[in-house]
Order: sequence, then C-alpha cells, then structure tokens
Amino acid sequence: MEAIFVLELAVNGALTGLLYSLVAIGLVLIYKSSSVPNLAQGALTMMGAYLVLAFAQQAGAPLWLAIPLAMVTMFGAGLAIERVALRQLAGRPIVMILMMTLGIEIFLRATIMAIWGGASRPMGLGVSYDPLFVGPLLISRVHLIGASVAVGVFVIFLFFFRTRLGIRLRAISDDYTASWSVGIPVEGGIALSWALAAVVATVGGVLWGEVQGVDQALSFLLLKALTVAVLGGLDSIGGALLAGILLGVLENVVSAYLDPLVGGGSRDLVVAAVLILTVMIRPHGLFGRHDIERV
Amino acid sequence: MFYRQAGIRHTDYGADRELFPIRADRYMLAGLAVLALAAPVLVSDLHLNSYILPWLIWTTAALGLNLVLGWAGQLHLGYAAVMAVGAYSGVHAARFGVPWEGAILIAGVSAALIGSLFAVTALRVKGLYLALTTLAMQFVMDWVLTHSPGITGGSHASLQAPPFRLLGQRIDSDAGLYYVALFWCVLVTVFLLNLRRTALGRALVAVREKDYAAAILGVNSFRYKLVAFAASAFIGGITGLLLVACFYFSVSPEQYNVNVSIQVLAMVIIGGLGSIIGSYFGAALILLTPGIANGLFASASDLLGLQLSPETLAHVPNAAYGALIVGFLIVEPLGLGKIYGNIRNYLLVWPFGYVKK
Repeated sequence: MEAIFVLELAVNGALTGLLYSLVAIGLVLIYKSSSVPNLAQGALTMMGAYLVLAFAQQAGAPLWLAIPLAMVTMFGAGLAIERVALRQLAGRPIVMILMMTLGIEIFLRATIMAIWGGASRPMGLGVSYDPLFVGPLLISRVHLIGASVAVGVFVIFLFFFRTRLGIRLRAISDDYTASWSVGIPVEGGIALSWALAAVVATVGGVLWGEVQGVDQALSFLLLKALTVAVLGGLDSIGGALLAGILLGVLENVVSAYLDPLVGGGSRDLVVAAVLILTVMIRPHGLFGRHDIERV
Repeated sequence: MFYRQAGIRHTDYGADRELFPIRADRYMLAGLAVLALAAPVLVSDLHLNSYILPWLIWTTAALGLNLVLGWAGQLHLGYAAVMAVGAYSGVHAARFGVPWEGAILIAGVSAALIGSLFAVTALRVKGLYLALTTLAMQFVMDWVLTHSPGITGGSHASLQAPPFRLLGQRIDSDAGLYYVALFWCVLVTVFLLNLRRTALGRALVAVREKDYAAAILGVNSFRYKLVAFAASAFIGGITGLLLVACFYFSVSPEQYNVNVSIQVLAMVIIGGLGSIIGSYFGAALILLTPGIANGLFASASDLLGLQLSPETLAHVPNAAYGALIVGFLIVEPLGLGKIYGNIRNYLLVWPFGYVKK
C-alpha cells in the first residue's frame, strides 16, 4: 500500500480515536473518583443521544436548546444512578460492582429501546458530508468536528481540575480517608463525577449519533471506550486522549492490512487484542497510577 | 418446626464431617430426589422440556462458573466462550463419528485446555483487570466463531448435532433427555458439595480470600487458580455440549455470545457467590423473569387498554432482567442463597429463636 493511503487511514483513525476518547473520558472520571469501572457508559451515551432527539423532535425544541436540556437531564440521571445504585455497594467485592453496572447497562438499553424503538434515526446536526481535502488527504468533516470537541472537553477538564471543586475531586481520587478527615464531602464528590460523566456521555452521544445514527449500536462503543481507558491508564484523562488516538490509528491501519487476509470485520479483533495485550504487559496503562497492594 | 437440631450430637469426626448432619435435611433431599426422578410422570412433556430441562442445564453452567467465581474468587466474564469451545468440539467430534461418550469427554478436555488460557491472565492480574481481559477474550471468541467457516459454517450458519445416543441407547424422548441433564446436574452438584471439605476446596477459598496470604501459607496460588479455571471450564464445556444435545439440537455462534456470559454471571450473582442452592434459584429466576415480565406487561396493557407496539413488548423482558439484577444487588447483594439461608436458620430452631444456631 502506498504511503499516502496509510497516512490517510492514520489521520482518519486518529480522529475516530479522539471520538472514542470522548466516551472513555466518562469512564475515567468515574473510575478516578470511586474506582468503579462503569460498564454502563455505553448505555449512558446512547441515553444522551436519545434524550436530545426526544427534546428536539417530540418536544419540538431547536437543537441548540435540546442539547443543553439533555445535558441537564443527564446530570440528574448520573446523580440518581450513583445515589440509588452504586452508593449501596461501596466496599463490596468488585464483581458485584461490575454486575451492578452491567445490570444498569441492560436496563437502560432495554428501556430506551422499549420507549423509542430500535430503528436508527439521524441526529441531524447538519454537518455536511462533502469531502474535505487537506492536501491529498481525504478527511471526514464529522469526525474532524467530533475530534475537536473531544480535545475541547479535555481542555475544559484540564481547567476544571484546577478549580476549587476540581481540586476536591482530585483529593478524593487520591485518598478517601484523608479527604474525609479534612472535611471534603466524599459522597458528594463521587456523585458529581457520575453526573459529569453522564454529561460527557451526552456530548459523546450527540457526536456519535451524527456519525453512525442514533440506535442501539451506540452502546457497543463501550468495548472501545473501555480499551481506550485501560490503555491510557484508568485514572488519567490525558492518557485517555492519547490512547484514543493510538487505538484509532492502530485499528484503522491494522485492520486495513488484516481485512483482506481474514475476510473483513477485523476492527473488533484489533480492539480486543489491544485490551488483552495492555492488561498483560502494562495493566496500569500508559499513564495510570501503579497501585501497590498490601497483604 | 420443619428442621430439628434436637438430639444431633457428633461423637466422632466422621459424623461431624457429614454433608447433611441434620436428619430433616436428609429426608428433604430424599423427597426431592424422588420428585426429580418422577418428574417425567408428574409434569407434562411441554413443561418438562421447555422449563425444567433448560433450568437444570443452566444451573449446571452456573455451578461451573460458581466454582471459579465463588470458590476461587477469580472474575470470569467469558464463560460462554468456554461453553462454546465444548459445544463445537463435541459436535464436530460426534459428526466425525466419535461415539457421544467420547465426544462429551472431548468437549470437556478441549474446553479445559482453552479455559486454562483464561487462567494465564490470572497469573498476571486480578480483580477488575482480570474481568476486562476475560471479557475481551469472550469478544475474540465471538469473532473467531463468526469468522471461521471451518468451525461454524459461517456467520449465520448453524451446525446440526447428530442423533444423541449414550451407552448404545438412542436418546430422543423428553424423559430421556431430562434424565441425562438431571444426571449431569446432580453429578456437578455432588462434586461441589464435596469440594467444600477437601484440601482443594480449602486451598481455593484461601486463594479467594487473599492470594498473597495463601502463598505465605504454602498454597501455590497460581496452581490453584489454574485448577479452578480448568475445572470450571471442563464443567462448562460438557454443559455447553449437553445444551446442544438435549435442548437446542444444533449449535450456532449466537447461542454462546457475550450476552450469554453475562446471563450466567447474573445467575451466579443473583443466586449468591459460592452458594450451591443459590445457583439453582438464580438460574430459575433469570430464566423465568423474561416470560413472567412479558406476560404481566401484556396483560396490564390489555387491562388499561394501551396500544403498545410489538417492539416495546419485545424489549420489556430485557428491561425487567436488568432491573432484577440492579434490584437484587441493592436489596440483597448476597443473593437468593443468603435469603434461603436466613429462612432456614430461622426455621431450624423455631420456636426457640434465642438458641444458638
């Protein structure tokens, strides 16, 4: 294959990868504050997209209003999930926490399907599908916009973690007990991180909805987001961003070489392989904290 | 009143180590055994092979997963992949002309070999990361199955199982299939009941509680993790094959995809980690919920005169299934086995609640 084609694959892969990071950032936010791997992040992404559509099409709000409305609703939903479901399980074995988030995933996905039906619907942001040529490279406009939003979200969080509230969250993720002893409301902080993750999921849902249509497939982003989060280190937002680019490039380039050999559809295989290799070689990811366990 | 502890004194170690020291328990089990054996006479064929037979097989699968999850404490989100290995290798062996007894063994052994691969990750990581790796392996297995026509005949193909015969007998009646499933389920149950009081079982529990601490006590924790993964995969492989031989009659990739893994995991969690009776309850609840939810919802919407689309009705059982998992973890994280234990403990000394149980 010629170099220019590989370059095009890599650039588009990196843009897609940044979109994965957008979903992964939600996972990282929750894991950072409460060590809960949120397997319902895919379902939250899907819920965000459907809420935007519900506000825009059923309630008739314009899209610029529907998106903030959905974000506010999702903020509440995130708080509610943490309060009702996850707070009860603090200190329980990890398998129960995993099962809880899986249960939430199944419940949310099925409820959304039951209410709005399974047919794929367009998000309707109105991004043009005209090809965009940068030099000889063909780039997808939607992905470019999505990638810039992902970087924007990252920058917002960069600043957010320097505010008073953000410093509290960082303290909580560092050490529960120490935060408690200096009077930081730990439960509140964890609830806030769930709410923020749900809001980020809405952003992800809108952009992914524009890319691939709003349907059940949005919740299957979970595996990719999970891989990105693990590769970048589960508690590093910057890591998620870089890992997203890395995974996107790998996925696009490797599967382009692999597809003719195995007869297509090797993207998921590449993602699963990256997840397994990351865990085997460097479980704490590229930028994650290496925890030491004591007997 | 139902259980009597009166007059039970253990005068030697043998009596103390009995599986069921309380006589009332033994009577109850004998009664259950008679009921189980007489089930083909008592229950209509339809109920026998559409409710009881799958319940027994899924219970066995849940017990197999419980061995690695509840006893050895190793997270395993890819159990359906292991079952798939057993099902496909067994069916291929049977189609090749191997007698079914041999095919069942081949299913168990090949599943144990592949299942041990899952254990290799357990050497390196544990907890969350182990869960994620096994989940990824499940996805790899899904991919391999849907992309290798040599194994499955293509992505939407299904592979017919040859006629099921054991010990020279053609087994095709509902009662015959039921007895095969019952025999395997009882065998696995007895194995797990006895596991509790063997060195292997205690070593597994030690590894579950803290693998470093177990290593300090001289328990080779990796070895026992490997044994747990291999043994549970052996059970899973044979169960996967029996699921085909007794229930589906043909095998296709979507019978063993990631949702099935999650379903078996849900059975174990709702039943209670490490609880044998819980696995029976958990499997029953998970299998029955979709049907019950569907019936309730349909009749409720008829009653209220709502016009619900078939699509809505199709997704309600799934929502009920998710809600069941969430609800159980909120209300009783230790599962149905714990609830059963509480009731049993209460009845054991009733009406003298202050007596030491």
